[in-house]
Amino acid sequence: MDYKTVFLLKSPMFFQQVINGLTVGGVYALIALGYTMVYGIRELINFAHGEIYMIGAYLGIIFLGVFTALGLTQYSLTLSLLLTFIFSVFFCSAYGFTIEKLAYKPLRNAPRLSPLISAIGVSIFLQNYVMLTQGATDKVFPHILEVHRLEFFNATMTTLQVFIIITSLLLMGLLHLFVMKTKTGKAMRAVAQDKVMASLLGINIDRIISVTFIIGSGLAAVAGVMVAMYYGLVNYSIGYIVGIKAFAAAVLGGIGSIPGAILGGFVLGIIESLGASFLSSEYKDAYAFVVLIIILLIKPKGLMGKSG
Amino acid sequence: MPFTGVKGALLLFPGLCLTYGVFVMIKRLSVHFRKIRRPEISVNRKAAYVLSIIILLALPLFLKDYYIDVIVLAGIYIILALGLNVVIGFSGLLNLGFAAFYAVGAYSCALLTTRAGLGFWGALPLSVIITSLSGLVLAFPALRLRGDYLAIVTLGFGEIVRLILNNWDSLTKGPNGISGIPVPLILGFKLNTLMHYYYLVLVFVIIAVFVVRRVYYSRTGRAWLAIREDETAAEAMGINNTNFKFLAFTFGAFWAGLAGALFAGKMRFVSPESFSFMESVLIACMVILGGLGSIPGVILGAFILIVLPEMLREFQLYRMLALGAGLVLMMVFRPGGLLKADSLSSSRLFKSFK
Repeated sequence: MDYKTVFLLKSPMFFQQVINGLTVGGVYALIALGYTMVYGIRELINFAHGEIYMIGAYLGIIFLGVFTALGLTQYSLTLSLLLTFIFSVFFCSAYGFTIEKLAYKPLRNAPRLSPLISAIGVSIFLQNYVMLTQGATDKVFPHILEVHRLEFFNATMTTLQVFIIITSLLLMGLLHLFVMKTKTGKAMRAVAQDKVMASLLGINIDRIISVTFIIGSGLAAVAGVMVAMYYGLVNYSIGYIVGIKAFAAAVLGGIGSIPGAILGGFVLGIIESLGASFLSSEYKDAYAFVVLIIILLIKPKGLMGKSG
Repeated sequence: MPFTGVKGALLLFPGLCLTYGVFVMIKRLSVHFRKIRRPEISVNRKAAYVLSIIILLALPLFLKDYYIDVIVLAGIYIILALGLNVVIGFSGLLNLGFAAFYAVGAYSCALLTTRAGLGFWGALPLSVIITSLSGLVLAFPALRLRGDYLAIVTLGFGEIVRLILNNWDSLTKGPNGISGIPVPLILGFKLNTLMHYYYLVLVFVIIAVFVVRRVYYSRTGRAWLAIREDETAAEAMGINNTNFKFLAFTFGAFWAGLAGALFAGKMRFVSPESFSFMESVLIACMVILGGLGSIPGVILGAFILIVLPEMLREFQLYRMLALGAGLVLMMVFRPGGLLKADSLSSSRLFKSFK
């Protein structure tokens, strides 16, 4: 790479990478929300959450294929995509609900190590289950989306990126409103604060925990479908690494805090994007870990520190 | 001669310093290794041990090479599981990145033999020392972090090490791995058949079991158990938590380094694929499923998790699936593990993880 090319690449690079970072960050934030909510309620790192996201991505491709076969996509792309999202969310929420009932609920009174290992077990199980049923090769998202590019400040932004960022922000905003304004949201906050007291006040703990898992899984499903659209490829192994990064994002923002997860997600996405382009792209995955380690050693409560 | 020339000197000097440092450390800490009363082993049990050792010695004469190979691998994993047992089982420090130490041991042995021209026996102690030191370094997070967070951070370290192994081509040859690791020699006699290597590994396994058990029934072991049960109380009773946590990680890494070097010598080839997160999970499973803190349990766990998949080779596709489901089922129905530890009841042992 000669001097001139390097110089050329460096100037718009920064803003471009910020855009890319925000896109990826939106995805991380959506998944991080699931982690942070479950941790706030159960003090459990839901290792299986990354796999829910992966399943969401697969379901997105599968349902889109179904609707295309039914002729719906040719009729209206928007409707088809909308239904894909809805069905994916529905099934992933069902997965989340079932996992909670089978693998976490029996361990509610067990010491902390048990649900953690159980979560790892579920994660391994789901990964291999998808590998066995869907094959070990990448699954491709059909090329049916027209991509328009917008140019400003020497950087390109695709409509898909805009879509991802806006959808992420919209969903996060809706979640925030839900948690702050509705009765169930208030109950969720109460359970996160003090489970025993909440149950004494008449809140159905089981129901609230289930709702938390359902919402978290739903958000992860949306993230999954969007990633399938963005990258065009899915594989049974994408859940694990994104799951860890999203958890790092949740910790970065302050585990247990919903605004923290949102902030952490976007910040981590940008850090990773900038690091990959300016430092080294081979160690891209390591940036999340490094950030995680630094945050835990320096400011364990995270950027928006709420006690976990 | 391995240590000639400038390169040799450069290697020899830090090697000597490290060895000296290790000796000093051991001497300072040996006050903790004095005997404390341990349960009397009945005559029947002693006879059972002797009998099983005789069987193990005679085994390779009767089995086909394939089976011996599996058992040798099981032996290496027993050493690994014993090491991790010290960290998780005795001390309660959740380490999900143990494969990183395993990798450091294997790769340092590989590099020392292929690049620095040392023989296997020259490389073995050095790679064990290097791995122990890396255990010391990686113990820093353990001082500050609680259970869940420590698990994730150690997982992160494991992944970072794997990424380094994969990408630092000039040192580790990346995904191609390092091949051509020489065969160990004993007084000029080449240990180049599987049967020879079996006995080598057997000797080390026996040493490992003996040493770990001995440490368990010593003041150091008690200190670790105390830290696991209640850190504040341990500190209040005069146990320096920091030192013992460092010691736990270093001691665990020591065995991982040994296992790694043995693995390198057996396969004569190392590559980053053998040291993934799944590997760490597998070793952690051996400790957890076998019974946290229980030495016979951990040996059984290692043996089962290596031999069973080989026996059920037709179902290899479902191996991981079964492992995942098995973990969940074990946690729900029998969290203490298969063979519970002897000094405390297993459910109490398990509850000590905060």
